[in-house]
Amino acid sequence: MCGIAGVIHRDGTADVGAELTAMLQSMKHRGPDSTGYAVYGPADDLVVIRFVLAEPNKSTGFGMEERLERNRAEVESRLAKIGAEVATVTSDTGYAFRATIRYGGDLKALADYLEDVPGCEVLSLGSSLEIIKDLGDAETVSGQYDLGSFRGTHGIGHVRMATESEVDLASAHPYWAYPFADVAVVHNGQLTNYHQWRRRLEQHGHRFQSECDSEIIAVYLAEYMARGLSLETAMKHSLDDLDGVFTYVCVTGNELGIAKDEMAAKPLVLFESDPLVAVATEEVAIRSLVKREVETRDPYEREVLVWQV
Amino acid sequence: MFASLQGKGALMPGSGSRSGVSYDARGLVEPHADMPDNIEVDGGRARFDAADLTIRQINMALRKLIYNDGVGDVTVLNPSSKHSLAVGILKRCRIHFEGSPGWFACGLIDGPEVTINGRVGWSVAENMMSGVVTIERSAGSLTGAAIRGGDLIVKGDVGARTGIDQKGGTIIVTGDVGINTGFMMQRGRQIICGNAGMNLGDSMYDGAIYVAGKVRSLGVDCVPGDWNDADTELIERKFRIHGLGDPPEFQKFVCGKQLHNYDALEPSERKLVI
Repeated sequence: MCGIAGVIHRDGTADVGAELTAMLQSMKHRGPDSTGYAVYGPADDLVVIRFVLAEPNKSTGFGMEERLERNRAEVESRLAKIGAEVATVTSDTGYAFRATIRYGGDLKALADYLEDVPGCEVLSLGSSLEIIKDLGDAETVSGQYDLGSFRGTHGIGHVRMATESEVDLASAHPYWAYPFADVAVVHNGQLTNYHQWRRRLEQHGHRFQSECDSEIIAVYLAEYMARGLSLETAMKHSLDDLDGVFTYVCVTGNELGIAKDEMAAKPLVLFESDPLVAVATEEVAIRSLVKREVETRDPYEREVLVWQV
Repeated sequence: MFASLQGKGALMPGSGSRSGVSYDARGLVEPHADMPDNIEVDGGRARFDAADLTIRQINMALRKLIYNDGVGDVTVLNPSSKHSLAVGILKRCRIHFEGSPGWFACGLIDGPEVTINGRVGWSVAENMMSGVVTIERSAGSLTGAAIRGGDLIVKGDVGARTGIDQKGGTIIVTGDVGINTGFMMQRGRQIICGNAGMNLGDSMYDGAIYVAGKVRSLGVDCVPGDWNDADTELIERKFRIHGLGDPPEFQKFVCGKQLHNYDALEPSERKLVI
């Protein structure tokens, strides 16, 4: 049982970090183990990289501080070697980093080169996407990464109750659609043909950060979009190709989409107004964002909806 | 005039007044709660604002008013989509929600007449034994799951699996219903004024589903049924009682009896037959 949420402002930027935190915290009962965000700030000519050099519960211990510093220096060195001009590198935790770079090369090559550094996992890459995830509830993670001050147009979030894998960052949502810029997914459900699709996508050269079935969706959608399909069309294809019970929310640089499988077994509530669209597993999350009685509805089976910024 | 019930004391060990939702170390909601101090009572009626109350506080207040204080008519303002409200009330009374409760509202009730001036989340009136629950707007999935009696009226659309495992009572939906409506229903009636999604009445044992709109597909062993005078009488009576206006024309769907051999009798009724 997990909780997912998404919000998109169609009339400019807003405090999406604080909004998602309120929504996710209201669904803490659905998953207190880890919380994740994929938020979109204003795009510019810099590429934003979010990466970690260690799992949070393995980031301390004998010699760990020196090792993290050494690996961070190695990441910066590799960025320079691959032709990226580093603008900033900051860290809120000591193990999770945010870098901005000028880079016009191949993002896959960049991600692969960085992940060759011991312990390094690239959480997100793009001109506006930033994936932040850590252990604990939404208020804890938001406080750690100062998400309360994050302004942007749209974003998604996830609270996780670990049932079938570890309580760690690798299993936490959202998932970035490696190696495609600015695409991320949160998911509630189970995919029963996960291994089949993973093998298929690995044969196309994609790598997976986790053993989590949800990661398939992000890479699947980005793979189809890279072939020229729109997000909406790719999502409709996924209803035929992915097997299981699932509800997921996908975001790109300027879109937010939702999809429900044909059994409609996993919950999602939708609130839609001209300036704002919000989706969440439970109504209580919508009410934490919109502090009044509003019209909401449950999307039906096989329903795919996409909104643009 | 409503009089305040301040200082009536807590039914459970408390740890100070709370607002919003609190959690214990394991992430579980509200291990303890204090009786709210904003309840106003006027004879047999009472009301309170639930906006800043926890789920446990709201249910404590309802139970105290209805069981201990003999209040027969309670209005809950601003339920704010909180879950599990008015669950397990086993007494004839009136409860009004001004606003939208969340999931599992009015589950396991036996007797109350509940009006919800808002929408509800998943599993409203689950396992209802008797009473009436009227929702003025839409409802989520699993609406009326496993109800055994009473009337459940939704004046809007509902999600998937309405009346799954229904064992009695009547569910009326003035809008559309989603997939697997009436899945494995065993008794009772469903009256759907709008359209129905895929697999209507899948694997049903007995009972009847009336649909006025289009049916996307019938489930396994669900077949069109023969209309009779009792169907007309039932629908006209339910529409009249609940003030729903003139009923549209319906098509009736029943169990084809090819999948399950089931007599729909209560144990006591079966003894009489035997």
